[in-house]
Formats: sequence, C-alpha cells, structure tokens
Amino acid sequence: MGVMKRLTNIVQAKANKVLDKAEDPRETLDLSYEKQLEQLQQVRRGLADVATAKKRIELQAQQLQQAATKLQDQARQAVTQNREDLATQALTRREGIAGQLAGLKTQHDQLAQQQERLEATTQQLQARVEAFRTQKETLKASYTAAEAQTKIGEAVSGISESMSDTGLAMTRAQDKIAQMQARAGAVDELLASGTLTDLSGSSDPLQAELDKASSSGAVELQLAQLKSELATPDAPSGELGAGAEEPVDGEVVPDAAASSATAGSIPAPGASPADPFSLDGPGAPS
Amino acid sequence: MIVRILGDGQYELDEAAAERLGQLDVELNTALEAGDEGTFDAVLAMLVEAVRSTGSRLGTDRIVPSGLTLPHEGATLGEVAELLNSSDADQTAG
Repeated sequence: MGVMKRLTNIVQAKANKVLDKAEDPRETLDLSYEKQLEQLQQVRRGLADVATAKKRIELQAQQLQQAATKLQDQARQAVTQNREDLATQALTRREGIAGQLAGLKTQHDQLAQQQERLEATTQQLQARVEAFRTQKETLKASYTAAEAQTKIGEAVSGISESMSDTGLAMTRAQDKIAQMQARAGAVDELLASGTLTDLSGSSDPLQAELDKASSSGAVELQLAQLKSELATPDAPSGELGAGAEEPVDGEVVPDAAASSATAGSIPAPGASPADPFSLDGPGAPS
Repeated sequence: MIVRILGDGQYELDEAAAERLGQLDVELNTALEAGDEGTFDAVLAMLVEAVRSTGSRLGTDRIVPSGLTLPHEGATLGEVAELLNSSDADQTAG
C-alpha cells in the first residue's frame, strides 16, 4: 500500500477517536459541532503560545547581545590591566554567546513558520465551523430521507478528518515550542552565570586555566586584535599592527588607557547591530 | 478523487491526475523504506505541486472525507515515518 493510502487510514482512524459516534446521527451532528468549537478555542490558545514563545526568544537575544557587549568591554579593560587570562576568559564566553544566538535564530524562524501555518489553520477552521453549523440544521430537518442519513455520515467523517488534521498541526506547533523551551532554559542558565563580574583576580583560577586551554583560535585572534588596538589607538581597527606579537607592558600611555576604558564602558548608540541574532566582530568600527 | 494535504486542505482531482499521483506515491514509498531523504523530499515536493496544480481546492462548504492524504508540505522522512509508526502502535494498542 502506498504512503498516501496508509496516511489516509491513519488520519481517519484518529478521526474516529476524536468523535465517539452517538446512536442517533442527529446527535452526532451536534456533538461534532461542539467538538469543533472546542478545537477552535484550542487552536487560538496554541497560536497565543507560539507568539509568547517567539517573544521570549526575542527578549533572550537582546539579553545575550547586552552580555556580549559587556564581555567585550571587560576584555578591553582586562587587556589594559595586563590580565590576558581574564581577557581570554571574557572573549571565550563571548564566542559561546555567538553560538547561542545562531541557535536562537533557527528556532525563531521555525516558530514564525508555525505561527503562519496555525493562523491559516484557524481561519479555515472558523469558515468550516460556520459552514457546518448551517448544514447540520438542514440535514437534521430532512433526516427521515435515506439520502440524508448517508450525507450525515459523510459530513461527520469529513469533519472528523479535518479535526484530526488540525490536531496534527497543533502537535507540530507544540513540538517546536517544547524544543524552544529546552534551549531557552539553557540560555537562561548562561545568562544567570553572568559576565565576569570581578576582574580583580578572585575568579576561580582553575576555571580560567580551563577556559584558556579550550579557547579557540578565534578568541586568540580577537585578543591579538584588542591588544593591537590598545597599543596603537590611532591604527585602523581590525588591522594587526606590528606590536601585536609583543606583550603589552607598562608602556601604554595613561591617556590612551583611560580613554579606552571610558569608551568601553558606555556602549555607543549605534553599537547594537541591526540583526538581533548576530554579533559584530570585536574589530568592527564603531 | 478527493486528496488532502495535511495542514493545507482538500483538493478534488480527476481520475487521470489521481493516477499520476499513484506513480509518484510508489516512488515516495520506495524512498521512505530505503531511508533516502533526498529522494523523499524531492518526490514529496512533486506530489504537493501536482495536487495543487491539477486539483481544484474544495470550498469549506463541502464537508467530505478524503480518498488519499499527503503529508504536510516540507515534512521530513523522519516525521512521516514517525506518524505512520506511532499510529500503527495506537491501532494495535487500542
């Protein structure tokens, strides 16, 4: 048997479960109608759930952006204090945030798609419920005719099948929400763990060592860029100066250090990128 | 012949068009059983397109059961396999 026939049998088997057929077909019509109204309510609630889930993802993306900005500032500050270990730690966390943002974007897109589909489903369901309401009264009035009894059976099967389909659409939307909630929980933990709150050296030295060991090439590159920027404040950002390979020592002029720290602590008005799900590189001009 | 696309709605097709669907359905089944995702996606897209282009959409005032059912547009092989299996289990259990 082909896929399409098997699927039809399955949807219709589910449909029969949706509706326990009453003895009198006329009662079945009323029962179907009540079930449809219930389902319309459920789909509307489902739609609200999808919208809420989408909103939560957008809020989290904003929070992650803020955390990334703070980490960037802290890395900058750490370099001016010659604390390369802390700068590495901050940049490593910032890299982690970029990964989380990419995951959030995927889920945001999936939820938007589910929202669109459920909206279409709701509209169709509403039109169908209205049509069914009129039809059932006509069918009930002419019930004694044998033909009407056949039509009642057909209408009830047809409407049950539609309800079964709507039920499947709801399940798909709920699956997406459940996936999103699992990730949202992980992101909340990441946000709760916070940015580096203390740069004075009280952070767990083992963790710092671990972070250093696992820091990617991207982090090392960003660190080199930061050092180069701070060593030669006039050089165009993103370009590695000659001093990049040499450790920044106490020769940093106080003025430059002070102005960098000040500039770093206040995010520029245009600093947040237009796309809430991506991070600007640390070398991006501001 | 009435064909439902899950999550979309019902379409009415003439017998010749329904026969062409039957041929594609055989290919879909083969891909499903072979676990060939690439072919499955391509054939499903062709089926959905064929139903939409050759069929006429049923109005909401016609309430009838379908003869054939297609998975929702963009459904993955895994999703369809799960739907077919979970429901088999339901039927044997209930």
